Amino acid sequence: MKKFKQFVNSFLLVELLKGLMVTGRHMFSPKVTIQYPEEKTPQSPRFRGIHALRSYPNGEERCIACKLCEAVCPAAAITIDAGVRESDGSRRTTKYEIDLFKCIFCGFCEESCPVDSIVETRVFEYHFEEQGAQILTKEKLLEIGLIHEEQLAQDIEADAKYR
Amino acid sequence: MAEIEHYTLNFGPQHPAAHGVLRMILEMDGEVIERADPHIGLLHRGTEKLAEIKPYNQSIGYMDRLDYVSMMCNEHAYVLAIEKLLQIKVPKRAQYIRVMFAEVTRILNHLMWLGAHGLDVGAMTMFLYCFRDREPLMDAYEAVSGTRMHATYFRPGGVYRDLPDSMPQYDKSPWRNEKKLKSLNENRQGSLLDFLWDYTEIFPACVDEYEALLTENRIWKQRLVGIGVVSPERAFQLGMTGPMLRGSGVAWDLRKKQPYDCYAELDFDIPVGRNGDCYDRYLVRVEEMRQSNRIIRQCIEWLRENPGPVMVDDHKITPPKRADVRENMESLIHHFKHFTEGYCVPAGEAYAAVEHPKGEFGIYLLSDGANKPYRLKIRAPGFAHMAAMNEMAKGHMLADVVAIIGTMDVVFGEIDR
Repeated sequence: MKKFKQFVNSFLLVELLKGLMVTGRHMFSPKVTIQYPEEKTPQSPRFRGIHALRSYPNGEERCIACKLCEAVCPAAAITIDAGVRESDGSRRTTKYEIDLFKCIFCGFCEESCPVDSIVETRVFEYHFEEQGAQILTKEKLLEIGLIHEEQLAQDIEADAKYR
Repeated sequence: MAEIEHYTLNFGPQHPAAHGVLRMILEMDGEVIERADPHIGLLHRGTEKLAEIKPYNQSIGYMDRLDYVSMMCNEHAYVLAIEKLLQIKVPKRAQYIRVMFAEVTRILNHLMWLGAHGLDVGAMTMFLYCFRDREPLMDAYEAVSGTRMHATYFRPGGVYRDLPDSMPQYDKSPWRNEKKLKSLNENRQGSLLDFLWDYTEIFPACVDEYEALLTENRIWKQRLVGIGVVSPERAFQLGMTGPMLRGSGVAWDLRKKQPYDCYAELDFDIPVGRNGDCYDRYLVRVEEMRQSNRIIRQCIEWLRENPGPVMVDDHKITPPKRADVRENMESLIHHFKHFTEGYCVPAGEAYAAVEHPKGEFGIYLLSDGANKPYRLKIRAPGFAHMAAMNEMAKGHMLADVVAIIGTMDVVFGEIDR
């Protein structure tokens, strides 16, 4: 009986029609496409995008040049030089560079920073227009930090209870 | 009449069906393979050597990049090896989170494999459906670790952070009205566990769909049945593991045979094949997806009821809580010590293996008591499978080579490491 059924089915293309029914059903089901860039997939507060250096509300940079991020970076993407700031004699970074070609976005720098200075923003869409632009200097990092400060503060707040 | 000689065909490394950077020298007699000679090494990044020059924790991110379609499973083997040397006991909740994500990863990997294998063999639709269903799992990855793929989430002693209580939502856009937006965000109202639970409710129906498209399909069967047959004895001799071995009818699964983390407490079955051909391996993997779904559900049920720590409380090994660092001098010192020097692991050796979606993925660690491994050896399942290429492909047609590469589920990140 089974053999006979198989024999008949081999002419009737039953399994192919079943497959076609699945694809046919999907033709009329709602589309799952996300219309990037107008629409984007949701990002969690933990998202790890391009880096930023944060500042305090009074404009003072947070970074205290402890160099933990430099030490913990698995890809050695961070280079820091520290020195005394002339204006007030405090210890600050004179150079803070992140090479985005080396960075593997593991998030260890953010995890290690004791003052929440180096963070990873939600920005994942960026490009470089000339050679050398992949190295984020201290100025650039602080600028990114200023632009996204509101979001960054929110994200750190939202994730604080888990860390 | 002129004598016809064998000729050599260069397959890959740019061939779209070569799954990355596989280069094969095929010696052909007409369209029949006489000898297949895989050349590997085009994706060699020296992970094993890199791990020797940095503290233990810093190599976790590199483990993600070995087999880059089953990220957290690689991490799992690595952290288990370190934990073995450190002889620490991981909190139960962390074990369940790890197992849950290992199974999420298994589904991710098998969906990727099914889509790519289908595409190689000619079933275009599979690729679209599989990638559609991978997306919620990627979102789960993102919600928990911050990245969709290279998570760096497992740590020796537990996991980095507990599961989030809320899921990120879709924003308003000109493409969707209020009602559509609401339906899009419907499964994101609760915690990550609710989100995953929702997925596990739908997923078996998705697998049914794949099966409706493929399992009985005559073209699919013609391409897979009887191709690349491996007998159980030969599979043992060739060092095959995972679905490649189970497809040949050997019920070998590390999750059952030497349970790690909390697998011993979970209820699941091991599917085995009968004939050891590509079709049986397909069936095994599809059933594995269903079993993974079952495991995830059990994990979610447990995790919902049992809150608790997700990290060992020994700050010689794990970093202290962030709030403590701000207030407590000792915690601050631990914090600085942890992120600069790391921790020293007692001298000795350890081998930890996990049931990776592709087979037995093992990490062999040799420590001389320093804060970085003296030697790290990665046992990649794909490497042993790749070595069987010649045996499996011999006598088959050129088009079958693609099916055989597909059934091996090779990923060059781990083979070349």
